[in-house]
This record gives sequence, C-alpha cells and structure tokens, in this order.
Amino acid sequence: MVENRPLLTFFTHLILILGVACVAFPLYVTFVASTLTAEQAQLAPMPLVPGEKMIENYRQVLTEGSARGSSAPVSRMLFNSLVSALAIAVGKIAISLISAFAIVYFRFPLRSTFFWMIFITLMLPVEVRILPTYKVIADLGMINTYAGLTLPLIASATATFLFRQFFLTIPDELAEAARIDGAGPLRFLWDVVIPLSRTNIAALFVITFLYGWNQYLWPLLVTTDEAMYTTVIGIKRMITGGDAATEWNLVMTTALLAMLPPALVVVLMQRWFVKGLVDTEK
Amino acid sequence: MEKRVRFESRWLPYALVAPQIAITLIFFFWPAFQTLYQSLLLEDAFGGSREFVGLQNFRELFHDDDYLNSFRVTAVFSVLVTVLGLSISLVLAVLADRVVRGAHAYKTLLIWPYAVAPAVAAVLWLFLFSPTLGIVAHWLQGMGIDWNPLLNDNDALILIVVAAVWKQISYNFLFFLAGLQSIPRSLIEAAAIDGAGPVKRFVTIVFPLLSPTTFFLVVVNIVYAFIDTFGIVDAATGGGPGKATSILVYKIYYDGFKGLDLGGSAAQSAVLMAILIALTVVQFRFIERKVQY
Repeated sequence: MVENRPLLTFFTHLILILGVACVAFPLYVTFVASTLTAEQAQLAPMPLVPGEKMIENYRQVLTEGSARGSSAPVSRMLFNSLVSALAIAVGKIAISLISAFAIVYFRFPLRSTFFWMIFITLMLPVEVRILPTYKVIADLGMINTYAGLTLPLIASATATFLFRQFFLTIPDELAEAARIDGAGPLRFLWDVVIPLSRTNIAALFVITFLYGWNQYLWPLLVTTDEAMYTTVIGIKRMITGGDAATEWNLVMTTALLAMLPPALVVVLMQRWFVKGLVDTEK
Repeated sequence: MEKRVRFESRWLPYALVAPQIAITLIFFFWPAFQTLYQSLLLEDAFGGSREFVGLQNFRELFHDDDYLNSFRVTAVFSVLVTVLGLSISLVLAVLADRVVRGAHAYKTLLIWPYAVAPAVAAVLWLFLFSPTLGIVAHWLQGMGIDWNPLLNDNDALILIVVAAVWKQISYNFLFFLAGLQSIPRSLIEAAAIDGAGPVKRFVTIVFPLLSPTTFFLVVVNIVYAFIDTFGIVDAATGGGPGKATSILVYKIYYDGFKGLDLGGSAAQSAVLMAILIALTVVQFRFIERKVQY
C-alpha cells in the first residue's frame, strides 16, 4: 500500500466482503435447500436456515435418485463424470505431450502442416460442429459409451502449444548429453522431458479436469441412457418443468454434489489452477 | 525458435503425432467439412433426398427474422456479459490488490465459481429467480417489481446475464489481479509523492497500464458469451420465453436437433465458425504486437 488511509481501507474491506457475499449467496441457498424437505423448498420464501433433512436427501440422491424426472442414482452420475473428466484430462495431456515432443525434437516432412492442423482445432469447438460430430460418433457405434463421451474432446491445441513453448526452453545440452550417453528419443522423453514438465502437467491437469467435468452440450447429445448421464446432465433432467413437479431439494443436493469435486480441485490446487489458467491463455 | 539438437528417426515422429492428428481429422476436420458441405444442401431430415442449392440456405438465413433476432439477442447478451463481468471483476481486483491482510482469503473466496459448470450455475440462479418459489424473486416482488422470467423477455435475459457474469467473475478477477500485480510499485509511489490520490492514480496510471489485460479479457469474454454459455441458456430458459433468449449457439442446436433443419443449422454453424475465426485472429494479432506503452 502506498499511503495509509484508514477510511479507504475500511471501505475496501467492506466492498470486498460484499462481493464475496454476493458470489457465495447462491452456494449458501443451495446448501440450505439441500437440507430441506421438498415442501419446505417450495415455500416462497424458503427458510434461510438449514433444515433437518440433509443426511436423508444426500442418501436418497446418491442411492436412489429423484423420484420424478430422471431416476438414476447420482452416485452413478458422479462416477460417469469422474471417468470422463479423468479420461479427457489424461488423454489431452498425453497426446499433446507426445505430439509437441515430435514437433520440437524432430525435423520431418509435414511437420508444420501437422502443427497448423492442431492449431486450427482452436477455432472449432464442439458447439459449431455438433450435428456432423454426432453423426460420426453414431456411425462408430459410440453413443452411450465413455469413448463417445470423451474422444471428440481430447484434441487440444492449447496443451500442445504450452508443451511446445516449454520444450523450447529446455537447454540443448540436456539432449546432447542424453545422446552422448546413448539414450534414444523415447528414453530422453521419459527420463528427462517428462520429469521436467511436471509443473506444466499438474497445471494442465487441473484445467482439463474442470473442462471435462463441466461439459454439457456433448454429454447431452451422446448420452440417452440414464446410466451414462454425467452429473451436470442429471441435474438438468431432474428439472421436469413446472415448479410444483420439481423436487428442488433433491435438485439442489445434486447441484452441490456436482460442484463439490471441481471446486475442491480449484481451492486445494489453487497454485496449479492459476498457473494453468494463465499459461494456457498465453 | 528452433532446436539445435534433434533426434533422427524415419517413423517415430509420425507415430508420436498420430493420435492427436487422428482425433483432429476424425472429430474436427471431417465434421467441420461436413458442416460446410451441408450448409450448401437442402436435405430431407429423414435422409430421403438431398439437393445442392448453393448459397440458398445462407440467403434464407439472412432473410429470416428469427435468425436476425437471434443475432440481436446474442449481441445484447455478449455486450452485457462482457461489460458487467469486466467492471465488477475490475473493482474487486483493484480492491483486493490494495488490501494487505486477507488478500489470499479474498482470492480463494472469489475464484471458486470458475469450477461450477455453466449449466449448474444456471440451475442455481433459476432457483433463486423462480417467480413462484425463488427467494430473490420474492424480494423483488416485495419491492413492487413484477418479476417473471417465464413470461417477460427482459427478465429472462437478465436471468441468463446474471448467471453468465457470476460464473465468469473469477476468471476476469484472476487476470486483472495478475495484471495489477505486475505494475511496478515505483510508478504508483512516484505519483503518490507528486500528490496524486488513489482515484487519479487509477485513471492516469493503473488503467492505461492494464489495457493489454483488458483487451485480452474483452475478446475472451465475447467468445465465452458466444459459445460457452450454451449450458446456461439451455438449463435456465431453453431459449424462451418465445425466442427471447435464443442466442446463436442455442439456435444451431435447436434448429438442428429439435427442428431437424439440417441445412439451416449447418449454415448457422458456418456463420458462427467465421465469427470465431475472426475473433481468434484478432486475439493472436494482438498477442504478436503486445500493445506497447
């Protein structure tokens, strides 16, 4: 701080606390709603102190699901979300790592063509090519499979760029030393490049995990079987239309369960998360 | 920049790029090509007949009131999301940059909404703003505001703007805070010694020095409002009431999957692709030049 102005400092904290409160308010209401009975959650206004149905609500959504709308248990959906988020994160990192390695450490025909092909995927998010991508997945028989949920999302221009940028900063002496010691390219990749890339891998993992967990449009299209729903889709399917028909206490319980894993990743791995965000946008 | 030391192999580099290139070709290039091709066809939804019609789909599109309306809604929506999201996060970032004690706690408490899926954010706000049982809606009605996003176009738009801004504040906040922290303290201190107060320092020094961050965030937020908010619209309003919140990306989905107008949906995809390419080019040209000050 440049100068001491107690009044200004007071207002700074006041506005920040207000900001934090506004940001956290929906979370608090979600939590309270997840502890109420369906009737209490439908009162206008609903109570703002937690009720007594918390354990019951969580047990019900995890083991039985909602009675109306979608009825798959949420534990199954959380499992689906976890599998696809992990597959997307690991897949993106793995294929980007090796393709960046090839582009940096080899000179071969079509090298820059490949690089540009990967670059262009940046401008083709799934939202602008939904119908034909859906048709490809349908033709391959991948509707309602984990492969169908994840494969079309794991090409990653940003991860490839990040690894390429990083590999370019690895001193040439390391590669020379490895060659003199008789290490081939794969040995060099495994024993030198990957250990050096650990920080980048951790940062990318956080970002790609969030990306995978929070997917909406794609799982909405490729999952028609309730047993394959991800949590985010499950919530949407629980809202059957009409406030009277929706069991809002269970919807909010599920919403809290859907937010918890990614929010924990962000808060607990904050350092990697911030690094991942800033690096991938460079 | 190129590496001086390289490895030699005839087949290995191809094997290493193969997985990424295979996915790129099958799931990106082929569908994108299909989209462009389909946008030139008039196709029966059940695969019966297809006929090459040239640019007719595009001509119809730009004479279609629904589509022009969707453009207008998207423009209003993305301007609101960008302006509101950036202003709120800038205020919070400037303040968080100022505090000495508790800065880390504020940061943690402000970044977690980034982890919330757009569709889940929409459900939270849908619940708060529901005209019959929402608590915020109840307060609004108590103030004499006739609030009903199910019937009123503007209310529905406000609902999706609030959800979209809430979700994006964390991202903007982090980038603004990083930008603020990279401004040399000596500049601010020099201005303070010369007698410039906090407001004057912000207007004449801090804000101009933040312009690269601000520009970058404007582009990112527009792309976010155009593409990533699909989940918000689908979960909160379903494009309604009527077509009042049917943004471009939602209309592509709706016309393609619900309306089964394959050619029209493909033509809309092509237009959106062009917009996205333009935005990406703007962003990259800017990064090359890095706005000097």
